[in-house]
Amino acid sequence: MSSSLVTMAYIAATILFILSLGGLSNPETSRRGNLYGIVGMTIAVLATVFGPRVTAAGFPWIIGSLAVGGTIGLYAARKVQMTQMPELVAIMHSLVGLAACIVGYASYVDTSITFTGAEKAIHEVEIYLGILIGAITFSGSVIAFGKLSGKISGKPVLLPARHWLNLAGLLAVIWFGAAFLGAHDIDAGMMPLAVMTVIALLFGVHMVMAIGGADMPVVVSMLNSYSGWAAAATGFMLSNDLLIVTGALVGSSGAILSYIMCQAMNRNFISVIAGGFGTGGGTAPAAGGAQPAGEVTAISAVETAELLRDSKSVIIVPGYGMAVAQAQHTVYEITKLLREKGVNVRFGIHPVAGRMPGHMNVLLAEAKVPYDIVFEMDELNEDFPDTDVAMVIGANDIVNPAAEDDPTSPIAGMPVLQVWKARTSIVMKRSMASGYAGVDNPLFYKDNNRMLFGDAKTMLDEVLLALKS
Amino acid sequence: MPMTIGVPRETYAGEKRVATVPEVVEKLIKLGFKVSVETGAGAAANFSDEAYRAAGAEIVATAAELWATSDIVFKVRAPSPDEVGLVREGGTLIDFIWPAQNPELMQQLAARKATVLAIDSLPRQLSRAQKMDALTSMASISGYRAVIEAANAFGRFFNGQITAAGKVPPAKVFVAGAGVAGLAAIGTAANLGAIVRANDTRAEVADQVVSLGGEFVKVDYEEEGSGGGGYAKVMSEGFQKAQREMYAKQAVEADIIITTALIPGKPAPKLITAEMVKSMKPGSVIVDMAAEQGGNCELTEPGQAVVKHGVTLIGYTDLASRLAKQASTLYSNNLLRLTEELCKTKDGVIDVNMDDDAIRGLTVIKDGEITWPPPPLQLPTAPAQAKPATAATPPKKSGHGAGEPASGRSLAITFAVGALLFWLVGAFAPASFLAHFTVFVLACFIGYMVIWNVTPALHTPLMSVTNAISSIIAVGALIQVAPPLGDAAEGRPDALILGLAVAALTLTAINMFGGFAVTRRMLAMFRK
Repeated sequence: MSSSLVTMAYIAATILFILSLGGLSNPETSRRGNLYGIVGMTIAVLATVFGPRVTAAGFPWIIGSLAVGGTIGLYAARKVQMTQMPELVAIMHSLVGLAACIVGYASYVDTSITFTGAEKAIHEVEIYLGILIGAITFSGSVIAFGKLSGKISGKPVLLPARHWLNLAGLLAVIWFGAAFLGAHDIDAGMMPLAVMTVIALLFGVHMVMAIGGADMPVVVSMLNSYSGWAAAATGFMLSNDLLIVTGALVGSSGAILSYIMCQAMNRNFISVIAGGFGTGGGTAPAAGGAQPAGEVTAISAVETAELLRDSKSVIIVPGYGMAVAQAQHTVYEITKLLREKGVNVRFGIHPVAGRMPGHMNVLLAEAKVPYDIVFEMDELNEDFPDTDVAMVIGANDIVNPAAEDDPTSPIAGMPVLQVWKARTSIVMKRSMASGYAGVDNPLFYKDNNRMLFGDAKTMLDEVLLALKS
Repeated sequence: MPMTIGVPRETYAGEKRVATVPEVVEKLIKLGFKVSVETGAGAAANFSDEAYRAAGAEIVATAAELWATSDIVFKVRAPSPDEVGLVREGGTLIDFIWPAQNPELMQQLAARKATVLAIDSLPRQLSRAQKMDALTSMASISGYRAVIEAANAFGRFFNGQITAAGKVPPAKVFVAGAGVAGLAAIGTAANLGAIVRANDTRAEVADQVVSLGGEFVKVDYEEEGSGGGGYAKVMSEGFQKAQREMYAKQAVEADIIITTALIPGKPAPKLITAEMVKSMKPGSVIVDMAAEQGGNCELTEPGQAVVKHGVTLIGYTDLASRLAKQASTLYSNNLLRLTEELCKTKDGVIDVNMDDDAIRGLTVIKDGEITWPPPPLQLPTAPAQAKPATAATPPKKSGHGAGEPASGRSLAITFAVGALLFWLVGAFAPASFLAHFTVFVLACFIGYMVIWNVTPALHTPLMSVTNAISSIIAVGALIQVAPPLGDAAEGRPDALILGLAVAALTLTAINMFGGFAVTRRMLAMFRK
């Protein structure tokens, strides 16, 4: 295959990737979108393999590694639980990061590629940046995976003077970058490159360690973005437009997701990345500030079932607690039963509910909840006053009225689901512990709120049983 | 030693309610109490002795025996003279007392050396007292029943219809006073399809009226009073005149008037004059919910429904009792909540804790000593609403994104920074780099446009598919595996590069296959 043909194939693949992302605008077209992605990837790989840059000697190696990697990938994709999706996505990001690093090193030691002057400098900057981003993506994603799967505590780990540490790391990276560019041969350049890689790895670890559990949606989408930029940097390094375009697509996708997540928490990106939400100075509830008054009213599973049965319209607000308890199937059973009785059941999803963007939607889809009764926060927030029962399952901060009422609250200004405007709200929780943000929730003390204490799955099973009887 | 709660049959003529229903009996027993019920106590409210027995209560044959064996007595109406004679020394009585209106009853009860909790004396301003607020629950039932009584006496539909037999106009209902009872009446009448108007001297309830489907009618006063002299006095007179005019106007228009205006400790204000009744259409209905306190209408006869000037005047004083089952259920729930407050230890023994604001207010006689009226309530001082000016401003949205257009200043800065970067790149970068750079920048823009269209529900599949696509980095590894080597091959560490490339390829293959497969699996689950 001539190099022109390969280029045309790359353009085709690029278009297919864009169509693939465009297809996700709607569940109807999304399946076709995924197919476009697969076709695009196949074209890109085949065109490269049969193109002028690969000789027949490489075929066994290529087939072998694709077979091994493909088997592992397919196995993981089949086995993964839907509640573990955030972990899977995080670990996959780390693979992209690692691959970018490896390709960068391989490109650096490859003497068959020679440049001079400004081109050489640019090529080396590209290698340096590619490895830097790849290494941060890799170590950051590994830590994110650990946090999401519970292998590492979800609590933010805050080193003293962490901002200075980051700054020192950045300066060191620039200094070694200069040394790297100034190196005369490959051996001399290896040392600064290796030191920079270590610093980048440590920086990735440090950055994600400082970020707590509920900020994970931002972290996961940010790493998603990084893996794209890593691919784009590799593309510059190898002068390959396909990599550049694809990397840019993925990178901007992740960046937009991070932006959406930050908006949903009314926080700016820098403060999320700087970490340590809810522990910083000035966010402690001011003395005499609106401490929730009153007392909570508990409710039993049987009474919950009665309330649900007698209502005309119900909105269910799921949170991370539903994912932890694996309660989505029971939720759907209850939904189905109520819908058969003519109750208008809908789901309200907060953008940052769960541990990654769209986490709740996937769980509900897995439980076969039809997607046309699953709504975004903005779509049904005005319907709460006409709702008989709002059921909150394992969520806390995203339904906290303090975000709207109390300007001193650390989460003030964050858009929240106004469940307290429903005639009755039922909050399912294990205990009275406060949410991730460490903010007490005045919702619990409202007169029209009832608390259903216990494990979400167990309690919902009881509600279901009571509904059936 | 668990205490016994006694529930006697109500002796007041026509009273159908009962202070405790079987469902609540069970819960009281769970709190550790014993419960005895006089035979037939719940009969008028459709609760049989069997139901009480099944719930765990003991059925007692006579009132005398019940009062003698009970430590605590739950009642609805204030005790009759006969019942006062039965009150046990050291016992506890919980019911409606109205201490302000019944000073003699208070004296008699005090003489019995009992403890009396008047459910009507609850400090309603305490938020935690709301669950015990029997006045509210009874008033909302009365409001509902008032509409039902009106509908019964009214000769037409409430809702407007267009039928084959002709057009039916909707009934017009006017509710005077938007307290609990008034609001319940507004909601009920609106639900039946009537056009509901309401008025209250407290302008702040207008929103509540509207939220229930009513229309708030203002007293048209401000223009009239603007030229007035002595402020308070004239205003009050002017206001009353304006109010009378408004009522007169409503009387002509409305088919049904429901009045709920009460002033604590005083006779009910006379809002509807005989003239206004005469001006109403024949067949109209007035339900006077203030009949017990003398009535809001001059012609009301308390306890009766009468027809005067072609208008049915309903002055029933037992509206809540007419919905006996519902009223009993809610009332007994109020008492249950009160019992929970009195018996926090759940061991069947009550503790009348006079340091508790709610219980202090309720307790009108403590061990024979009159403790009414209670000292003014020390409400916790509301936290100073010192809102920092910065925090009160709405959250600043940053310029870009799908939101509103960026402000001119930030837009200018963005363009300036962009121009500088472009100049730097253009000044120093070689031409071969610029071609790639062009592609890169345009791809970022395409990504930006495409991603904003992705529905939030599909954000997780978006991440997994972009993740799969980012394994395009495999192309980089592929061209390193076995490139066609020319003269430059000398000194190239072939084995090392091959090893690295194969490792990278394996990693990206995991991603490529796994990413697409898991996306496919996820998307297959999204269905209608």
